[in-house]
Amino acid sequence: MTGLNQATGAAFTRILSLGAARGDTIVTNDDIAGPIESSDEWIRQRTGIIERRRSSANENAIDLAERASTEAIQKAGIEPSQIGAVIVATISNAVQTPSLAALLADRVGATPAAAYDISAACAGYTYGIAQADALIRAGVCEYVLVVGAEKLSDFAKPTDRSISFLLGDGAGAAVVGPSDSVGIGPTVWGSDGSKWDAVGMDRTLKDAFEDPKGEFPTLRQDGQTVFRWAVWEMAKVAQQALEASGIAAEELTAFVPHQANMRIIDEFAKQLGFPDSVLIARDIQTTGNTSAASIPLAMHRLLEERPEASGGYALQIGFGAGLVFGAQVVKLP
Amino acid sequence: MAHTADEVLAGLADLINDETGISVDQVTLEKSFTDDLDIDSISMMTIVVNAEEKFDVKIPDDEVKNLTTVGEAVSYISSAQA
Repeated sequence: MTGLNQATGAAFTRILSLGAARGDTIVTNDDIAGPIESSDEWIRQRTGIIERRRSSANENAIDLAERASTEAIQKAGIEPSQIGAVIVATISNAVQTPSLAALLADRVGATPAAAYDISAACAGYTYGIAQADALIRAGVCEYVLVVGAEKLSDFAKPTDRSISFLLGDGAGAAVVGPSDSVGIGPTVWGSDGSKWDAVGMDRTLKDAFEDPKGEFPTLRQDGQTVFRWAVWEMAKVAQQALEASGIAAEELTAFVPHQANMRIIDEFAKQLGFPDSVLIARDIQTTGNTSAASIPLAMHRLLEERPEASGGYALQIGFGAGLVFGAQVVKLP
Repeated sequence: MAHTADEVLAGLADLINDETGISVDQVTLEKSFTDDLDIDSISMMTIVVNAEEKFDVKIPDDEVKNLTTVGEAVSYISSAQA
């Protein structure tokens, strides 16, 4: 009697390429300051955002995902049919089911790839990268498309003063594949469900359905709780990911944190004490906070502005509603 | 080692100065963090975390909302000390 087969895959993986898509409309602070009784100056000072990108009615999260994915697949130099799994990290699917990933796989020509969405808020992309790395090395697939795609403006209440002014729309995509050297370091990830209420929606779908005014659930947060956790607890996670990678801080080319708020990024950088040589992604300034899309968008922009950074090491860390977090050091494509 | 209320005030004034540049003599007990000192909630949180370390106390997130004046913060820290 023979035993069960065990799949095995490539010894190493890396991010082969990135693609990016930002919302088609530029929304300035002045455009949104009225309903929150605020000003351009207040928003800049509090968040570091000058303007953010949002999608018009013509464009949904799936369209942003498709644009970003098409670029990533083309740059990876593979056929879409070689993709074994499509993973979309998102909170912007307007339906409970089916997944955005299944539709995306169809749109980019990756059918019959496995397809599923990850609900891990702003850590979603790092969860997706962790999974892609594991799937490839375990021999489940050869190439994985990991996408963070969000149309957060669909869930932003214009009068909400806790989070709405931060939010932007966009998608970032990565093709992950086999490599001849380590390109994705060990993932440090986890959760803290004791803070489940710290950031999320203002009501359930059921409440919204039963509401005579018919208001859709929108995003809200307890900003101070999130800030404290994001800076002080996530600084520890970032350190752990760095230690696990075996790469010293001085060897990093870039630090790409989730673009939650410039104040968080600044305080983070201070806590971690990186040398000046480490590039710090600050895409939030003109993109806004795009949740699961923010890390791949920020990394894509960093490489557009500094192409010489390619091949260097970047520490990426995502953290958000759950509360959940994920971090790993990766080789920049 | 427990600090006196004056020491807590002085220590807190230093932390506020580090974070915001507000001069220490502006930090007096009756001042409101938001209305008088114009310290936003994010800077407030940074000051709170630094105060926890400096005075070896815990200031839970729920409590932070109740600390609207310098005096309230000094009282809280003074009582929270072991």
